[in-house]
Amino acid sequence: MFDNNPKFHPWLPFFALLRKEILRFWRVAMQTLLAPIVTASLYLFVFGATLGDRLSIVDGYSYAQFVIPGLIMMGIINNSFANTSSSLFMSRYLGGIVDLLVTPVTPPQFIMAYTLAAMLRGLLVGTVVWVISTMFTSLPWESPLLGILMAMLASFMFAQFGLIAAIYAQSFDTISMYTNFLILPLTFLGGVFYPISILPEPWAKLSCLNPLFYLIDGFRHALIGFSDTSYLVAFGYSGIIAVVLFVWAAWLIGKGYRLRS
Amino acid sequence: MNALNIENLQKSFDQVPAVKGINFAIKQGEIFGLLGPNGAGKSTTINMIAGVVRLGGGNITAFGYDVERDYRRTRKMIGVVHQEVVIDNFFTIDQSLKLHAGYYGVKDDPAWRHLLIDRLGLKPHLHKVMLKLSGGLKRRFMIAKALIHRPQLLILDEPTAGVDVELRHGLWDFVREINKQGITILLTTHYLEEAEEMCDRIAIMNHGDVIAMEETHELVRRLSTRQLRFRLAEPLVEIPTVLEHLQPNLKEDGRLLQLNLSATDNVGAILSLLCEQKLDICDMESDQGNLEEVFIQLTGINGGLENV
Repeated sequence: MFDNNPKFHPWLPFFALLRKEILRFWRVAMQTLLAPIVTASLYLFVFGATLGDRLSIVDGYSYAQFVIPGLIMMGIINNSFANTSSSLFMSRYLGGIVDLLVTPVTPPQFIMAYTLAAMLRGLLVGTVVWVISTMFTSLPWESPLLGILMAMLASFMFAQFGLIAAIYAQSFDTISMYTNFLILPLTFLGGVFYPISILPEPWAKLSCLNPLFYLIDGFRHALIGFSDTSYLVAFGYSGIIAVVLFVWAAWLIGKGYRLRS
Repeated sequence: MNALNIENLQKSFDQVPAVKGINFAIKQGEIFGLLGPNGAGKSTTINMIAGVVRLGGGNITAFGYDVERDYRRTRKMIGVVHQEVVIDNFFTIDQSLKLHAGYYGVKDDPAWRHLLIDRLGLKPHLHKVMLKLSGGLKRRFMIAKALIHRPQLLILDEPTAGVDVELRHGLWDFVREINKQGITILLTTHYLEEAEEMCDRIAIMNHGDVIAMEETHELVRRLSTRQLRFRLAEPLVEIPTVLEHLQPNLKEDGRLLQLNLSATDNVGAILSLLCEQKLDICDMESDQGNLEEVFIQLTGINGGLENV
């Protein structure tokens, strides 16, 4: 009856955890995929169908074309963050994390599984928002490769930030504080709805400190060819922040900070 | 090789010691009971073995491997049923079991999975999400989950807390069955009668220390008091002084004499003593001590022994 020496597959823990994380958001797709897509679609409707052709704040582009890259990026950022932060925090809060701590899942596998699932969710939402946006206007896709890289970088960065937030959070309130008082303002002030070059000083310079500005600006450059700063600066700056967040998350998880007592 | 070796294990939380340098070993194939009152340090010890709590000092080896250095190897060999019900409400029993096999690096074995599902009575509920399971079913699922990767050491941290009698008996039968298949069992429970019946050896913890550890029957024999009751033909007015060391007690108007025996008292010698006193004995009854009595005595809620 009992074979107590089954073969150990070292990468199977990673794939099982990745599968679980993907199934987790897929099972509640109404909340995790459909809801953000509906929200983004409303933005698209307001800025695309109603104001899109009547406004133009950048020469050569309709307002709809200007705003759509930012809205796609918003979807990617919010959902990548939401996936890791809610999943890990719920595991901590409800005690389910113990189920993972007793298994041979390594810290790198843990981070990779959570990150890839969050990236998948963020990129899925971003892709659907882009597909819906084609109903309102077309985007020239100046640099598809840069667009894909910026989207992946943004989802990676905010997956890491979600892990960090979930580890430090003491309650669900803390998680929503990150979303409402940090990510949302930084997104809105990061140039989703306007180019920062039209801002008076010191607001234009202050906006350059906002890491989300570079993600949105670099992505917009890739999609429509317009940007406030060089795409190399945008990619480099975002890349550095992503690496810092990754090292921070890896250090916390490797140490078992607030996961193991 | 022992299934588990614990040497000088220590842990403090906010400078309050929870485990104070304990030592014990569990042999392969054994059912070992780790008992103690709430806050004795049992769960902390178990959580250090399982990897949920970092070691504060000392070391633990499972099947010869260090649980911190070789954690991938040891965790694959250990299954844990936690004290708290830990489930993932998003998934069904079947999905969860498949995922859990994967977490341990073991490919899903449908035959083994179905065997666990059948033996633990989970079959009718296989496709229900966890949220809809009753407390008893969740407990049964926890055991299936801990066994899905076919561990060599199963840790049961109060697996029957809040579980009805029928299910408790069913679970213990199953534990005995898998123990016979070669799985070593480490269990904690507050049901001392069950622990006495199940465990080959027992360690009792109190205030972070192991205060007693030996084979169950020997522990009970050595530390419990046996009681002898003699029904007398003629009422006894005064207890003979030679019986004083046996804490005698007269009941039923002197017709029932009750004596308390320690492990070293010889029943034959006591009977001779009673004959010498010319007591006319009509009948005799004896009661063996039990683990509960030993437990209460050792953990010392009313000032029992500090060390044995």
